[in-house]
Amino acid sequence: MTAPEDVTDRRESAPAGPEPAAPPPAPAGGRRFGSVELLAVLLVLLVILRNPLAALVSAPRLQTWTTVFVSVLVQAVPFLVFGVVLSAVIAVFVPRSFWARALPRHPALAVPAAGLAGVVLPGCECGSVPIAGSLIRRGVTPAAALAFLLAAPAINPIVLTATAVAFPGRPEMVVARGVASLAVAVAMGWLWLRLGRSEWIKLPARPAEDGSRLQAFVAACRHDVMHAGGFLVLGAAAAATINVVVPESWLQTLADNEVLSIIALAVLAVLLSICSEADAFVAASLSQFSLTSRLVFLVVGPMVDLKLIAMQAGVFGRRFTVRFAPATFVAAVLVGAGVGAVLL
Amino acid sequence: MNRQAQAVIMLLFGGAILKASLSELYLRYVKEGLRPFLIGAGVLLVAAAVLTLWYDLRGRTAGPDRPAGPGGPDEDTTPGGHDEHGGHHHEPRVGWLLLLPVLGLLLVAPPALGSDAAGQAGTVLTAPGADSDYPTLPAGDPVDLGLLDYASRAVFDGGRSLTGRTLRLTGFVTPGPDGQPMLARMVMSCCAADGRPIKVALSGDVPAAVPADTWIQVVGGWTARTARDPVNQAEVPYLEVRSWQEVTPPKQQYE
Repeated sequence: MTAPEDVTDRRESAPAGPEPAAPPPAPAGGRRFGSVELLAVLLVLLVILRNPLAALVSAPRLQTWTTVFVSVLVQAVPFLVFGVVLSAVIAVFVPRSFWARALPRHPALAVPAAGLAGVVLPGCECGSVPIAGSLIRRGVTPAAALAFLLAAPAINPIVLTATAVAFPGRPEMVVARGVASLAVAVAMGWLWLRLGRSEWIKLPARPAEDGSRLQAFVAACRHDVMHAGGFLVLGAAAAATINVVVPESWLQTLADNEVLSIIALAVLAVLLSICSEADAFVAASLSQFSLTSRLVFLVVGPMVDLKLIAMQAGVFGRRFTVRFAPATFVAAVLVGAGVGAVLL
Repeated sequence: MNRQAQAVIMLLFGGAILKASLSELYLRYVKEGLRPFLIGAGVLLVAAAVLTLWYDLRGRTAGPDRPAGPGGPDEDTTPGGHDEHGGHHHEPRVGWLLLLPVLGLLLVAPPALGSDAAGQAGTVLTAPGADSDYPTLPAGDPVDLGLLDYASRAVFDGGRSLTGRTLRLTGFVTPGPDGQPMLARMVMSCCAADGRPIKVALSGDVPAAVPADTWIQVVGGWTARTARDPVNQAEVPYLEVRSWQEVTPPKQQYE
C-alpha cells in the first residue's frame, strides 16, 4: 500500500512554488491499487457483511461498549470541528505578528496570559489540542500554548456553570475548580519554560499548499480532522472499554481512605475520559467520595485522559506526550489536593 | 492515504453525523441540545470534503498551468521537524479509524444504554442542596412522574408529597440484586459515557416474567420501604405496584 501512496502524496509535500509538481502520469498499463480503491473495497465489504456485523455486537456488554464508543465520538464531533476550524483560521488567516502583539513579550508573562485566554473559549478538550498545535506553528511560545491547552477546557464559562449546577449550594466547588485548574495550567507552562525542550514537540507536517487562501484553509481543516479525529477514535475506544470493563463497585472499597480515594478518582478521571462539560455531574454522583477527591477528579479530567493522550501524541508527538502527560497528572493531583484542603 | 480517500472518509463521517442528527438516532447518544451543533459540524465536514475533492480534481485537470497563487500560507516552521522537507511525509494514516464511527452510526446504530449499563453502576440519587423543596404534585389521577423525581421525593422528603396519590412511572426492567425486577432509567448529563442509572425497586404486582430491557409503565403508590443499591450503597425507594403494562420505548429514553 505504500508505493501508490508515495506517488500521490509527494504532490502534497512538494513546497509551494511556481512549478508545482506535475500530476501523476496517467497509469499506462494496469491501474494501481491506491487508497481510494482500498476504501471502495472496504465499503462494499461492510455493506455486504452488515448483518453478520450487527449480529456480532448483539451481546449486551458489547452493545454497551458500542453505545458508549459512538456517543463519546458524537458528543466530541462539534467540539472537534469547532477546534479544527479555529485552528485553521489561526494557521491561515491570523498573521504571525498578531500573536507578538497580543501576548506579553516575556514568555514568563505570556504563560498566565494564555491561561487566562482559555477562560473565554467555551469548548471541551478535543478542540483545544489542534488549536494549541496551530498556535505553536504560528510562533507562539510553546509554554504559553500549553498553558492555553490545559486551561481552556477546564475553566471556561460553560464548564464552571455545569459545575455550579452539579454541586448545588456549594459555590466553593466552582471557585476551587477554577483556581486549581488555572494554577496547574500556569505551573505547567512555567515548568516547560525551565525544563522543556523544543525538540520534544514534533508537529505533524502539514501539506504546504499552493493556491488560494481558501484552498489552504480547506487543506488545514482536512489534515486536522483526519489527524485529531483519528486519534479521537482511538481515545474513545479506550474510554469505552474502561467504561464497560471497570465496575463501579471496585471503587467502593477505596472511598474510606482519603489518600487512596484521591488517587483512585484521579486515575478514574484519566481512564473515563469524560468531556469536561459533563464530568461535574459524574463527580456529583460519586457521592461516597470526599469533596477533595472529587475536586481532583475535576482538575485531572480535562487535562489528562486517554482521549487527550492519544490526541496529544498525534498532534505533538510521542516524545512530548510521554513527558507532558505524567507531569501534568502529578501537578494536577498535588494542586487539586492542596486547593481542596484549603477551600473545601 | 491520498486526498481523495480522505475526502471520501470526511464525507462519510459528516454524512453519518448529519443522518444521525436529522433523524432521532442522535438521542440515543447525546443530549437534545447538542443537535444544532451536530448539524453544523456535519455540514462543515461535508463542505470540507466536497471542496477538497473539487480542488483535487481541478488541480488534476489544470495540470502545470495551475496558477501559482499569491504565496499561500507562510511555510510552517516545525520545531525539530526534520521530516518537513524530506520525502518522508506522513499523511495521517490514523484517519482510517474514522471509518469506525461511520460504521457504528450507519450500520450498527447501537441502542440507548439499557439494563446492562444500569447493573454496572450505582443509582444516581444524590443528596439535594439544603434549599431544595418539593412542590405539590400536579393534578391528575394517575399523575406522571419521572423516576428521579419519585426517588428524590421518596427518599429525601419522606414521601410527604407522594402519600395518597396514584403515580405512573415509565422505565425499563432491570434485574435487581435479589433477582426481583426493578424499574430503571438512565440519567444523562452530556453523552451516554456519563449515563448513570436511577433505580426504583418494585413490590406488589411485580412484572416477574418480563425480560430485561422491556419498557413498561407502572401505576402504583408510594411505600416507605427502601433498599440499598449494592454498587454504591445509595438508597433505592420502593414503589407499590397496582398494575403495569408494556409500552413502546419513548423517543427520549434518557431522563
